[in-house]
Amino acid sequence: MLRAPASVGRAVRVSVGDRDGVLGGLMLAPALVYVVALVGVPFFLAIALSMASATVGDPTIHRFVGLANFGRVLHESAFPIALRNSVIVTTATLLVTIVLATMESELLVRDFRGKRLVQILLILPWAMPVSLAAVAWLWLLDSEFSPVDWLLRAAHLLGPGTAFGPAQHLYYYGREWLGLGAVVAINVWRLLPLATIIVLAGRTSIPRDIFEQAEIDGAGFFRTLFRITVPALASILVVASMFTALVVFGDMTVVALTTRGGPGYSTQVLPYWAYLKGIEAGALSEGAAVALFMFPVLLAGAIVALRVAYRTESR
Amino acid sequence: MPFMRRLGLWVALLLFAAFAAFPAVWMVISAFKQDADLYNVANDPFVYNLPPTLKNVTFLFTQTTFPTFLWNSLYVGVLVVIITLALAVPAAYSLSRLVGRWGERSSIAIFMVYLIPPTLLFIPLYQIVTLLKVANTLWALVLVYPTITVPFCTWLLLGFFKSIPRELEDAALTDGCSRWRAFLRVALPLALPGIATCVVFAFALSLSDYIYAAVFVSSTASRTVSAGVPTELIRGDIYYWQSLMAAAAIVAIPLAVAYGLLFDRLVKGFQSEPAGGGA
Repeated sequence: MLRAPASVGRAVRVSVGDRDGVLGGLMLAPALVYVVALVGVPFFLAIALSMASATVGDPTIHRFVGLANFGRVLHESAFPIALRNSVIVTTATLLVTIVLATMESELLVRDFRGKRLVQILLILPWAMPVSLAAVAWLWLLDSEFSPVDWLLRAAHLLGPGTAFGPAQHLYYYGREWLGLGAVVAINVWRLLPLATIIVLAGRTSIPRDIFEQAEIDGAGFFRTLFRITVPALASILVVASMFTALVVFGDMTVVALTTRGGPGYSTQVLPYWAYLKGIEAGALSEGAAVALFMFPVLLAGAIVALRVAYRTESR
Repeated sequence: MPFMRRLGLWVALLLFAAFAAFPAVWMVISAFKQDADLYNVANDPFVYNLPPTLKNVTFLFTQTTFPTFLWNSLYVGVLVVIITLALAVPAAYSLSRLVGRWGERSSIAIFMVYLIPPTLLFIPLYQIVTLLKVANTLWALVLVYPTITVPFCTWLLLGFFKSIPRELEDAALTDGCSRWRAFLRVALPLALPGIATCVVFAFALSLSDYIYAAVFVSSTASRTVSAGVPTELIRGDIYYWQSLMAAAAIVAIPLAVAYGLLFDRLVKGFQSEPAGGGA
């Protein structure tokens, strides 16, 4: 992904090229057929659904209603809020994650004792099923028994007459901006391992002698970081941020299990709203229309990531 | 390394590890607390003010449907692993060796398929599983989860096959082996570590999905851990917090250890060069 693959053994391969092509097709076909049937077809079905009037009670897509679903959804008061929140949560998560991932990869590129244990601890958030992670965070930021509140109270930052007071609790999931902040924190927490791994892959590909030379020249840690590491990592950072953005933008689990989009619609995001409409309320077509509003953003992110990745590779 | 720099490294590592592990530590502490200890705002939440108890874990395994969820997840996971290997191993080999240059370079595009969010596809897929009459059964999940695991494992294995020197297979081919036999006898054994990694990830990914599990399956008997724990162990306003945390920890900690041991392999998955850097 990061460097051009070496083209060894090409001459031998050409002589058996034709038969290889047939076998190659046969070996590739099952996976391809499966992905087309259950990723490609559903995607077009989603478009068809969004222009029909299907419900859970009557799931047929025969009745064509054009863009009516999109129009109706667009005029609901929840739409601008959900769109805004999706964009805010994605952008904030992406920025924080990339900064932290760059720092974390800078630490993990070194060798130290106990590295295995550190790797296990650091990757834990990504290994945890997202719904269970959300439940853990629900408890961690509980309105009454949050240990974070307790620490803040112990540090005299929360409670009557203090910086975050006067209440004894912050009620993270009951307030618009704290709720969104909590969603961002959870997303940063769970996506930092993936972003770190991607950045680390780029970081270990930078030739080591550049850093040795910098050290001989007396460059400090931060000078090396900003003058050498970050410029060399620029394109991999773009890829890592696009991947993070794609995952966050399309995720509903964190919101569904923590703030539930509330209070009111104040922390609603597009994917969860699509779920509430399409499945909970049974309006399949409207749900599909809401979900499709995510598509342009997802496509743009994917194109940027692909272009940057392939440009780097062919260089 | 100078002393200050080493100190800085350790402090920074400690902060990152604390951030990553804090919810898990809190989970484990909570799981063994008595009600009277847990639900007292005045208590220090990080220590046992009353003796720890196994009551909540026992409750989880005897009074709730958690064992069923675990069993269902295991069942789905094993089937998904089998399907994933059957589809992804040949596809990855084909892309790395047989279909020409675009196959070798398709790795990041395949990873993008893995990143297509389920929230974009769950409504049409819901219709498809209803149409196939597998809605509300575990088979709906067995059918749909490979959409996540096949792209991920193909991507991982593509990197693996590319890192195996072509010369080894070419030697077998010159000796009169067919391409298929070269794949089975030479490439496949060398890719075993990669296949083992795939087994872990296909299983873990099938375990971690929430949205398909929540949408396609609604009967308690067919719930998996991911959708069952948050929906069935929270009854209206009643949260069995200690048991919930125990359930989360029991699933999360083994997965974290497995992922952690595969950390370096994942990093290599994002590099195009063979293992070892410059070889």
